[in-house]
Amino acid sequence: MASLIQKDRLWWHITVLVPYLWLLLFFLLPFGIILKISLAEPILAQPPFSPTFDDTGTLSITADNFAFLFSDKLYALTYLKSVIMAAAATICCLLLGFPIAYGIARSQPRTRSLLLLLIVLPFWISFLLRVYAWMGLLGNYGVINNFLMWLGITEQPMQILYTDFAIFLGLTYSYLPFMILPLYATLERMDLDLVDAAMDLGASRTTAFWDITWPLARAGVIAGCMLVFIPAMGEYVIPFLLGGPDALLIGRVLFDEFYVNRDWPLASAVAIMLLLLLVVPIVILQKNQARDAEQAT
Amino acid sequence: MNSTRNPCFIRIRGVSKLFGDFVAVDNVDLDIAQGELFSILGGSGCGKTTLLRILAGFEKPTTGRVEIDGVDVTDIPAYDRPVNMMFQSYAIFPHMSVEKNIAYGLRKDKVARAEIAKWVDEVIELVQLGDFRKRNPEQLSGGQRQRVALARALIKRPKVLLLDEPLAALDKKLREHTQFELMNIQHELGITFVVVTHDQEEAMTLSTRIAVMDKGRLLQVGEPKEIYEYPETRFVADFIGTINTFDGQVSAVDEQHIHVDCETAGGDLLAFNEHELKPGDKVCIAVRPEKIFISREPPENNEDIRVKGTVDDLGYLGNLSLYRVRLESGKVILVSQQNRQRSAKRSIEWEEQIWVSWRPRSSIVLVN
Repeated sequence: MASLIQKDRLWWHITVLVPYLWLLLFFLLPFGIILKISLAEPILAQPPFSPTFDDTGTLSITADNFAFLFSDKLYALTYLKSVIMAAAATICCLLLGFPIAYGIARSQPRTRSLLLLLIVLPFWISFLLRVYAWMGLLGNYGVINNFLMWLGITEQPMQILYTDFAIFLGLTYSYLPFMILPLYATLERMDLDLVDAAMDLGASRTTAFWDITWPLARAGVIAGCMLVFIPAMGEYVIPFLLGGPDALLIGRVLFDEFYVNRDWPLASAVAIMLLLLLVVPIVILQKNQARDAEQAT
Repeated sequence: MNSTRNPCFIRIRGVSKLFGDFVAVDNVDLDIAQGELFSILGGSGCGKTTLLRILAGFEKPTTGRVEIDGVDVTDIPAYDRPVNMMFQSYAIFPHMSVEKNIAYGLRKDKVARAEIAKWVDEVIELVQLGDFRKRNPEQLSGGQRQRVALARALIKRPKVLLLDEPLAALDKKLREHTQFELMNIQHELGITFVVVTHDQEEAMTLSTRIAVMDKGRLLQVGEPKEIYEYPETRFVADFIGTINTFDGQVSAVDEQHIHVDCETAGGDLLAFNEHELKPGDKVCIAVRPEKIFISREPPENNEDIRVKGTVDDLGYLGNLSLYRVRLESGKVILVSQQNRQRSAKRSIEWEEQIWVSWRPRSSIVLVN
């Protein structure tokens, strides 16, 4: 008996250990390395940054990289632009995704699985290919411009590709499924009688939506927004392929610092700032949710 | 209530509802009086819930009109009707406390805060939820959730309260208790209740009148006693309680009685002629198990219908004993007898030859 319990405890420890080990190996450790590099100085060597401890064994770190991030307005602007872009895409995904998810959740069970399949179907094609396809659609002599000119709406092709609008379009298109799926999951579980009950008690259709459907879908809305906003913030491929040369988003800057300027310490500092920018609001949000949950009980 | 109550408080005229090709409600005419506790009884898919949802305003009838208290509400949306509903799932808002759930209807009507508090207190007392008012729905038991749903639907003092299977989710003991509580509340407030249920026992104890539905049609409307003792169709006879049926043909008619030749009964069965039948008409004779007597000796009363049989099976239920009796024709009928004598011995045993008998008045004549 005692040994059985011990065995159980052992297994329990192992199962709990696995995710922690995973986080340690693939998150905390790389993060430590990046942090270490961000506190070093760039040098022309292999690897291209100064060691944390110099020849005499004393600690040699510097906050210069972070200071530089704050002194050069370019970085602040880039962060800001990335936030705006990601936020715009997130809002647009929510506005499009909510009615779609709602429609799927309320459709007949048989059509429902078909509709869900259609939502995930794009994943069967490489992400890169799909972004390339947008280049073909948006280009000066691409499908959209040709169609507009054929209709006679414009004489000259409109510049759509290589604009911020193209990035916004690409982000919205690529991340829409990540909004729809968690929203669908919460809406599908919701008891339809609740909306009827609200209307029965005097709420109009719109009021019932805001009183019942929206608050109950909140968990899905938050999950969807995070799933869209976070990767959209650091997106590299879409701004690179669809954006103009001046479309400086954080992912692009990160890439350039690492590979073009080979300034690994500065690039690491950029990465750490990006992480902070993403983690802090999430932590605040989760604290709020935990407090709400506590109040609820 | 009093004698001035309106007999056509709810007036349903020619109401049909189609979902695609499927006829959910088929040309229903129904009047429900003010202050009634009216039950709509039927199996699943018979259209009873659709009819209730039409009254609530969630479904628009394909044809027909609905009037409540003299006002045609057919085109009035759910939120503007003087009607509230208690859902089968209770539909308690999971993100609101008991109190907020109950106050929701008044808040939507923009009632003043103080007024709301007063009404909430009153209705919480009525359903005895005082200790739970600050709780969240997930902390409530099934019975408490049912009370919240009831309180929430009652607080706006609707002219009609619709209840969709109000007791189905409760266990047996609680169901019986709640049944009487519902009746008391209904009596106290004088609100017209329309209850949808599949449970005939529930309908019988609760209601002033019952409507039996099948396949979207209203088969019979009447007081519980009428429905039980005078069913008009085989479906109603079968659905309410248990019944033994004998198909046959009218062989002779005298002043009062008809003689029906039933092969399965091995001869003529006697019944009162309530339908002005003629010889040759095909009818069905139905008898309730508790109207049948069982005895070892042939019954003396010559008026009674007498048939010989053997006891196939018997069950002792405490207050009752149930017998399955095989008649000579091979047909098996159900007989129930009250256990009036306190005795550990069984009077009638398995495989015993016995007589079953009943009064002609107990024979129900069903005309197909």
